[in-house]
Amino acid sequence: MSHTTPSFSPLFGRLSLESFPIHEPILVGTFAVVVVLGLGILALVTRFKLWGWLWREWLTTVDHKKIGIMYMILGIIMLLRGFADALMMRLQQAIAFGGSEGYLNAHHYDQVFTAHGTIMIFFVAIPLVVGLINYVMPLQIGARDVAFPFLNSLSLWLTVAGAALVMASLFIGEFSTAGWLNYVPVANIENSPGTGPDYYLWALQIAGVGTTLSAINMVTTIIKMRAPGMTMMKMPVFVWTALCSNVLAIAIFPVLTAAFALLMLDRYLGFNFFTNDLGGNAMMYWNLVWIWGHPEVYVLILPIFGVYSEITSTFTGKRLFGYSSMVYATVVITILSYLVWLHHFFTMGSGASVNSFFGIATMVISIPTGAKIFNWLFTMYRGRIRFELPMAWVVAFMITFVVGGMTGVLLAVPPADFVLHNSLFLVAHFHNVIIGGVVFGLFAGMTYWFPKAFGFKLDGFWGWVSFWGWVIGYWVAWTPIYIVGLMGTTRRVRYFEDPTLQPWFIVAGIGALIILVGILAFVIQIAVSIKNRDKLKDTTGDPWDGRTLEWSTTSPPPAYNFAFTPVVHDLDAWYDMKDRGHQRPKAGFKPIHMPRSTGAGVIISALALVLGFAMIWYIWWLAAISFVALLGYSIAHTFNYDREYYIPAEEVAEDEKARTALEAGA
Amino acid sequence: MSAKTETNASPTFYLVEEEAHDHGDAHASPTPLGFWIYLMSDALIFATLFATYGVLAAGYAGGPTQSELFQLPLVAVNTGLLLLSSITFGMSMLEMQAGKAGAVKLWLALTGLLGAAFVGVELYEFSHLIAEGATPERSAFLSAFFTLVGTHGLHVTFGLIWIVVMLVQLNQRGLSVENQRRMTCLGMFWHLLDVVWIGVFTFVYLLGALQ
Repeated sequence: MSHTTPSFSPLFGRLSLESFPIHEPILVGTFAVVVVLGLGILALVTRFKLWGWLWREWLTTVDHKKIGIMYMILGIIMLLRGFADALMMRLQQAIAFGGSEGYLNAHHYDQVFTAHGTIMIFFVAIPLVVGLINYVMPLQIGARDVAFPFLNSLSLWLTVAGAALVMASLFIGEFSTAGWLNYVPVANIENSPGTGPDYYLWALQIAGVGTTLSAINMVTTIIKMRAPGMTMMKMPVFVWTALCSNVLAIAIFPVLTAAFALLMLDRYLGFNFFTNDLGGNAMMYWNLVWIWGHPEVYVLILPIFGVYSEITSTFTGKRLFGYSSMVYATVVITILSYLVWLHHFFTMGSGASVNSFFGIATMVISIPTGAKIFNWLFTMYRGRIRFELPMAWVVAFMITFVVGGMTGVLLAVPPADFVLHNSLFLVAHFHNVIIGGVVFGLFAGMTYWFPKAFGFKLDGFWGWVSFWGWVIGYWVAWTPIYIVGLMGTTRRVRYFEDPTLQPWFIVAGIGALIILVGILAFVIQIAVSIKNRDKLKDTTGDPWDGRTLEWSTTSPPPAYNFAFTPVVHDLDAWYDMKDRGHQRPKAGFKPIHMPRSTGAGVIISALALVLGFAMIWYIWWLAAISFVALLGYSIAHTFNYDREYYIPAEEVAEDEKARTALEAGA
Repeated sequence: MSAKTETNASPTFYLVEEEAHDHGDAHASPTPLGFWIYLMSDALIFATLFATYGVLAAGYAGGPTQSELFQLPLVAVNTGLLLLSSITFGMSMLEMQAGKAGAVKLWLALTGLLGAAFVGVELYEFSHLIAEGATPERSAFLSAFFTLVGTHGLHVTFGLIWIVVMLVQLNQRGLSVENQRRMTCLGMFWHLLDVVWIGVFTFVYLLGALQ
């Protein structure tokens, strides 16, 4: 809005003093907080001389476990940002009635809902899911690392670079106002000449490359690096769902990359793919982004279904009911999810036959999903259920998710969708399945695997506070939105004429505050657990009486995961080992071949970040330099043939001796 | 390996006699599979561009059409150059199997020259079109055409850079395990570009000229 004035300098491109939103008190306040916090963290790191440690142990690591943890940290930080956007919207919608315009102007409000959706999917859900897979999957298949450890590091840091660009848009320029998929024609250059859509496009292109590379890495790892004896039908369900999820990601992210590239050509070079004249077709963009977009929700939920399966089986002390039907259901969902994208715009006008096909395909997905729900219920049936926190999340998920599934089937009926398209009913539906499905599952998974990753359990009390905050908060926040949506309220609206709607939005706002309690309790839970880590210590490596291989090593596992590669005879390999009284070998260790750390991932991603920033602001000289540097550095990296080293046998023996002592002391 | 038969025996739960695992070994390396999957994702980018071209191919907006623009003889020559470069790459791989580093480099260099000629002809064609006023901004059809063909051309250009880097690395380390693996990947990449070009030649140029 304020940045449409065409000022351009060869040195700074279109970046000028006016690009900094000093007239927006909310942004100035946020900026001040970020600066204070940031400087505080930098000061602490310098004070305790942690820079070297940070670089050696974390930034340059190629250890899948540390990379997984960093993905999770990124996701949690971005969750706080995305949730702040959510609270702002809830407040605006609760007060913008009658004479009140609320406190956000239209341009700012549009940026807030765009940023909220973009961040929650691309920089919260994806990093958290990818992080879980990164941490857990290699351990579950008995591997020492992923297939391409350097690529894993690069994927992480590219995702971080994308997130950094989104965050930069808060204080330098503006973010897109075109919704979380950056819809044309709003995002076309004549309608959005500012930097908003460019921030969106470059952030997601850079992060998207990271996600694609990560998916290729995970699929290759699962196919090539399983422990001997682990045939496909002996893989833990989480590994199966991770495989399907990543295959799906490889099938869809290139489409998104191409669609965004076409929009970039439109915006930067005046091409006419999605313009309103000269033959362009805006619906082409919608089709392409939704060919990515619908499968993407399954990319997120499938691994989470795997999490629920592992937890249900562990906490009922039973083998999972219907393992093979669970696998087939996952595969069927993977395939079907690719055939339903058009249900996002039944109103496009593609005709009754096309709409019927996509409507029915959508409804069919509920069959394998329903099968999964029954499998979990039958696993619990006559099981010895332990209602610990992870299991509680599973039960909350089943109750919440089923409602979201049913409203989804309702929306899949084209005539009903014509009424409900772009209504708040739809918004309530997808929050129902994403919060009730993905988010609950992420908390279940984090609670379940936290002791594996850090060697101590999470604090119980604050965990339960967080649990109830989320579950109650979800229902209080979204039930009213379902109701006003069914009554016809449309989405992405910042001001309402009808005062009878206001009570519903006030209730929804209260619900968001209850969720805030859940989020804060989670942060407190982590702090309290770190403080009480000695009391919460897990000395066994198997705190929940688990069934899969990750529980057969120490908590946290050594850099090499397993001193000896496990041999698998049965599904639930670790249960099988415990059941048949295996003995962990305590001598005869050999040197272990491991990948070497490298700074290349961080450096390449930093160059990509600079390139993105320069392109967003039309700083052509900087873009050219960073592009050449990116290419040159990547080529130079291929001349490094020294990428592996051996952990000496003595060091392995030392680690394993410490483990024996730890177990004996327990 | 059946669990049932071993229940009463003492099963092996760990590979205690395992030899230190070496990722450098060409047979154990996951790289060819991973690269193959990457190529499939790249093929999907082309699939998206083909689909976009299919939808927008008639979006002339009053501008020039396929049959007015395409010069089939020139494109035929270019197709020949690229197909030939796949054969020369194949020769290079055969020499690699035979362990003749010099011949590998020679055939690889020839592949690079053919690829460079292909890019040169394509650039000539593009400049000719632009000079005629058939610019990518002119219509959705031309946007889709330049993007599809240009993306392929960019891939070939990237392949050329890779060939140069590969030649340097072959000079430095000969036919080491790593370099053989890289040659395999480069080969898959180069042949995929041929496959994509056959699609471009058929669906864009031949069908376009027939209209």
